[in-house]
Amino acid sequence: MTAEATTTRPARPERQAIPMRRRPRGREWLLGRALTYAAAVLLALFILLPIYLIFISAITPREHAFTYPRSLLPAEVSLNSITFFLNASGVLDSFWRSVQVAFITLVLALLIGAPAGYALARYVFRGRNTYRLMVLSTRAFPIVILAIPLAVTYLRIGLDDTVLGVALMHTALALPFAVLITSSIFVSVPREREEAAQTLGCNPLQAFIRVSLPLALPGLAAAAIFTWVISWNDVFAATILTLRNPTLPAKILTALTQSPIYYQFAAGFVMLVPSLVVIFFIRRYLLGLWGRVVK
Amino acid sequence: MARPAMIHRFAALFAAAALGLAACDGAQQTTGPGPTGGQPTTGPTEGAGGPITFLSSQFGPVEEQEKVRNDVLANFDGEVEFVAFAESAQFQDRLQAEAQAGSGDISVLGALHGDLDPLAADGLLSDLSDVASDLSGLGISDEYLELGKLGTGQQQYIPWIQATYIMVARNEALEYLPDGADINDLTWDQLTEWGANITTATGERKLGFPAGEDGLLHRLFQGHLYPAYTGLVNTAFASADAVTMWTWLKNTWQYVNPQSTTYGFMQEPLQSGEVWVAWDHVARLINALEADPEGFTAFPVPEGPRGRAFMPVLAGLSIPTWAPNPDGGKDLIRFLLQPEQQVATLRSLAFFPVLTGELPGDLPPGVRAEQEAVAAQLGSDNALPALLPVGLGDQNGAYNQVFKDAFQQIVIEGQDPAAALAPLETQLQEVFDTSGAPCWAPDPVSDGACQVGG
Amino acid sequence: MTGEGLGRDTAPSPPAEAARPVARRLGWAPYALLLPSLVFLVLFFATPMFQAFVLGLQDRGGSWSLDSIQRMLADSKFRSAVTTTLAIVVLVLPIQFFLAMSMALVINAKLKGQSLWLYVFALPLGISELAAGIVWVSIFTQSGWLNTILQGLGIIDRQIIWQSAETPWLIILTVVIAESWRATSIIMIILVAGLQSIPHEYLEAAEVYGATTWQKVRRVILPMLRPSLQVAMILRVILAFQVFATVIALGGTGVTVLSAEAVRWANDIDNDHVAAAYAGLILMLSIMATALFLWLLPTREEQYA
Repeated sequence: MTAEATTTRPARPERQAIPMRRRPRGREWLLGRALTYAAAVLLALFILLPIYLIFISAITPREHAFTYPRSLLPAEVSLNSITFFLNASGVLDSFWRSVQVAFITLVLALLIGAPAGYALARYVFRGRNTYRLMVLSTRAFPIVILAIPLAVTYLRIGLDDTVLGVALMHTALALPFAVLITSSIFVSVPREREEAAQTLGCNPLQAFIRVSLPLALPGLAAAAIFTWVISWNDVFAATILTLRNPTLPAKILTALTQSPIYYQFAAGFVMLVPSLVVIFFIRRYLLGLWGRVVK
Repeated sequence: MARPAMIHRFAALFAAAALGLAACDGAQQTTGPGPTGGQPTTGPTEGAGGPITFLSSQFGPVEEQEKVRNDVLANFDGEVEFVAFAESAQFQDRLQAEAQAGSGDISVLGALHGDLDPLAADGLLSDLSDVASDLSGLGISDEYLELGKLGTGQQQYIPWIQATYIMVARNEALEYLPDGADINDLTWDQLTEWGANITTATGERKLGFPAGEDGLLHRLFQGHLYPAYTGLVNTAFASADAVTMWTWLKNTWQYVNPQSTTYGFMQEPLQSGEVWVAWDHVARLINALEADPEGFTAFPVPEGPRGRAFMPVLAGLSIPTWAPNPDGGKDLIRFLLQPEQQVATLRSLAFFPVLTGELPGDLPPGVRAEQEAVAAQLGSDNALPALLPVGLGDQNGAYNQVFKDAFQQIVIEGQDPAAALAPLETQLQEVFDTSGAPCWAPDPVSDGACQVGG
Repeated sequence: MTGEGLGRDTAPSPPAEAARPVARRLGWAPYALLLPSLVFLVLFFATPMFQAFVLGLQDRGGSWSLDSIQRMLADSKFRSAVTTTLAIVVLVLPIQFFLAMSMALVINAKLKGQSLWLYVFALPLGISELAAGIVWVSIFTQSGWLNTILQGLGIIDRQIIWQSAETPWLIILTVVIAESWRATSIIMIILVAGLQSIPHEYLEAAEVYGATTWQKVRRVILPMLRPSLQVAMILRVILAFQVFATVIALGGTGVTVLSAEAVRWANDIDNDHVAAAYAGLILMLSIMATALFLWLLPTREEQYA
């Protein structure tokens, strides 16, 4: 507690980059490292094993889909289920649609959410707390129930079954997160510099753009990814809001939940792939947020 | 096996099974004034061109969707957007959203008799009398066409396809059949004995029912067990016979695989061997029979004290009043009723034709096995067809829920049947009071809302 | 990251004095910045939510009554839905906290290949409830992977039925495992961000005084992480109340949760009124849980308030 009370401001990002070099490296340290590696391996197994298993399930030939015990190293590999799934009419279209929806959501949520996050981080004003709670409470309401009245409204105003319509709903879903995450990002960007810029004659907007924005950028990227993930994973709102033009998860839910198990496994695996790829490409970005601690 | 003759016989028997309902609809007709406002409207005039959106409550699974597109719709002269949902709730949500807005994309609607009924009651279906007369040469069952009027003076839908429920067993289960039992003439009690024999021999519970989220277990009660034990459905909901039935099921459940509460389609646990003997809809068993015709046996549902009750399923095609392309929709309906498409639907999707005429005979073995079981079921001496709910409108789900709750409370939670049924009977009555639906066969036809107390 | 509590009243960001001049000069600025998000939330959240609330306080005839709420309370599945939901939330939160904290500490320990570890731990971020449901069904189903592995290792001699309605606690356990797998990454990321912002001086000081790893975690890291923890836990608990795809995938009709009941009443039974009552209950429970976390994990300003 004393440690906490002695400081009143957040650590500066540049300080985080300084690696700890003055550690004693005795036997205890080695033991600690070993334990840490063991924990890392266990945790990684917990994450990776199910992914491996669904992969095996997806490439098991249909004839063997029901054999038990299953074999952990498939003797025979078949891409039948996966190709059937990918070639099924509309799957690629809905894949592309999902990408579009997620992209629009990402842009909208950041455009609308980041200013609010900035306001929460930088200003003291009446209603700040009310706003915070309101933003959070919106998310506490089940999506499915929200989507039903919205679907009716969409049909009336012609937004039904459109990429934009789904993206707007997703933006609403992602906005609370966008606001809260961006707000915590701006809090960690030192305010003094912005103020210094203002005393040097910048107006607040200029000060923000020249000083805070570059520092916040990696964090904003992470927030964007989070938003993307929310949109990508939404099944239920998209299912209700689309008919002929479903997003990928909606397509899968509407078409696959009652399909034979081997198609479900194929679909499950195919749905994992974007995550595997996207998280891979953004991991550097994510790390950037935390001060490039990796070498 | 004279297959064409078999189909013919099947369709005829099937139509006969539906007669009871046709009659009660006729009786209703005298009270209802002709057309219920379902005026054929042209909708937003896009002309006959443009894609036809065909929303179907059937064939939701992606594999079936592909078969509809490739095997049934491929030769249609026009662009069809086939949309089907695996979950009937999504179908309903979508439909209701368009119905409430009074506009949308759907030009043709393919749905169960019971789904179309509330739409017709709200005047949301266009008159298809002209299509019906165009198709008069094809031999669509008259009884079905009458059903398609839904108690109004207009042709609200054109009968499309039909199906029912049967049983399938893995062949290794056959050796455990009770002594002297004929698989084509089982009783429900013999099924219990069969299950007990298997459990004794293998130590595992190998009977199976689709009691999962996507399963059709409620139809087992509504169309099979209730009529088989009570001779009735709703009017005997909490009767002594019903208590006997529930007690039987509760007792039988000790031989039923407890993972049944996750099963949607019984073909999968049958194929994996988790289950050896199962009851389900023909279209939800076909994959097992198709994958290994030698490994499975299809047979009629067992009989109870009051007969061999089973549930015929009829789906129809209609055009909503807000259809953007009603003319294209009518073309599509005419196309789907042609014998080529009807047979294609049977071969690929295991839904049976509604045409009474001769059909080409060369069927895949799995479909043939089902067809024989269905025919044996229909042809049995004490056949007792019990129809899908009619006239419940938006109370359909609440109606099914009463039966699902009864199952949950009595069989899963182990409550006393009589005690559990009493409050549920009140709920059932509420369903009828809210919807105003009269009783349907095999309950005696009622004037006004069905009275569950009998 | 420091000092960001959710729901603080005076709520000054760390140096409150620094904020004031800005606030005074530009009294309208924060409101202008909030406006777009407010408009958006009113259109796409508040309006349908209000419509849903109205539904919940009406009966099917459209007149005002508590009938829908009474129906919900009298529903035979109500009690088990409440207990199952609470059981899942209560089990999933500490397990996820423990896993996320372990992952975050592993990342913070700067092992070799750190970006790879981070990649692996962050993987489930992009995996939907639906896909996670399918993945874990393939594991827990009777002829699935878990039984295959256990039988292969000779631990069991016949298939165990994990998803039996007769052992609902087993189903709840499978749901908790699946949810922990799917949704721990989010917490982990927030915690790693929080860890990175702890000044090294503190940890080094602790080392100088000979603190063990556990003491460092207990005395320095956890207290400093409080704000991040608060955010992470509140987000997670709100979403945990809405879990339902994994429950339905793994539990079928064997167990039920509040959100599944809401969906069942809306879709299967076609009674939006009772569905809205369930939705209202979920909202209420979420708010109560949020309040609980604000109280249990107060940030510095709240402690001194």
